[in-house]
Amino acid sequence: MSRWLRSFGAFWYDFVIGDDWRGAAVVAVALAATALLAHVAKLNPWWLLPVCVVAALGWSLRRATARRP
Amino acid sequence: MNSLALVLTVFVACAVEAVEALTIVLAAGLTREWRSTLQGMAAALVVLAAIVAVVGPALTLLPLTALRLVVGALLAVFGLQWLRKAILRASGYKDLHDEGAIYARQVTAARAATAGGRRGVRDWYAFTLAFKGVLLEGLEVVFIAITFGANQRNLGLAALGAAAAVVTVAAVGIAVRAPLSRVPENTMKFAVGVMLTSFGVFWGAEGAGVSWPGNDAALLVIVPVTVLVTVGYVALLRRARAAASVRADPVATAEGRTI
Repeated sequence: MSRWLRSFGAFWYDFVIGDDWRGAAVVAVALAATALLAHVAKLNPWWLLPVCVVAALGWSLRRATARRP
Repeated sequence: MNSLALVLTVFVACAVEAVEALTIVLAAGLTREWRSTLQGMAAALVVLAAIVAVVGPALTLLPLTALRLVVGALLAVFGLQWLRKAILRASGYKDLHDEGAIYARQVTAARAATAGGRRGVRDWYAFTLAFKGVLLEGLEVVFIAITFGANQRNLGLAALGAAAAVVTVAAVGIAVRAPLSRVPENTMKFAVGVMLTSFGVFWGAEGAGVSWPGNDAALLVIVPVTVLVTVGYVALLRRARAAASVRADPVATAEGRTI
């Protein structure tokens, strides 16, 4: 049962997160920061998520290509 | 704009996945046995239909803000995966997706596998190959169709786009009886990655409490900017790769033997 659960979890992790968990982490942190700025500081930080997504993509690509010719 | 984008995105994403599923089904059917292959395909379609029937209506019950936050985050993460692979392929760091090569590998494996039936299925290998192929590729189709459809409060339109793609690919596949290796899959994956990321960013930020300048019209800026960023990353990586080749073998490069 526990092996099945592990396989099930691994499948969904691979399906949603994929090869690089950092992209998912950046999106989650950026959304949390956006929500905080919008609801607590009463700002409209529409630019925050796009900037973080572009940065996350660049970071992930840099890591993926760093050791490859 | 949103309805058209919804149908087009779902259609292209589903067509890409349907082409990949078709390759596996053809390899199983033409190499092993059609009856078991079709049983496997049908079983996978039943599972997918059950997922749509349960998850689709459940998602539409969520408040729109919460739905946009969750679905936006998932689409942004999912889109980043697609874009990452598309950029690595376009810049030469990852092999291009080749349906012909994948088909050849599946056929070799199918020929080598032992025959034998189980649980009323004549050829268990053909059944499981078709079942897994259709289920795994279909899950991506379901994920994209449900998330886009639920967010637009129009599951029917998303389902229509998905069904049109599957029917089109199946019809062409039946007509040519060969993997659709001439479909520009890499370009289509690139486009899907751009759309998933753009809509993910748009809905995710909206769900987090942001008001986009220009409301829905902001997508008319987000999508082209995502394309530009992606093309920019491809150009940067190509240049870096070319520079690395020159550093690795300057003599051969000067003589025009590389690149």
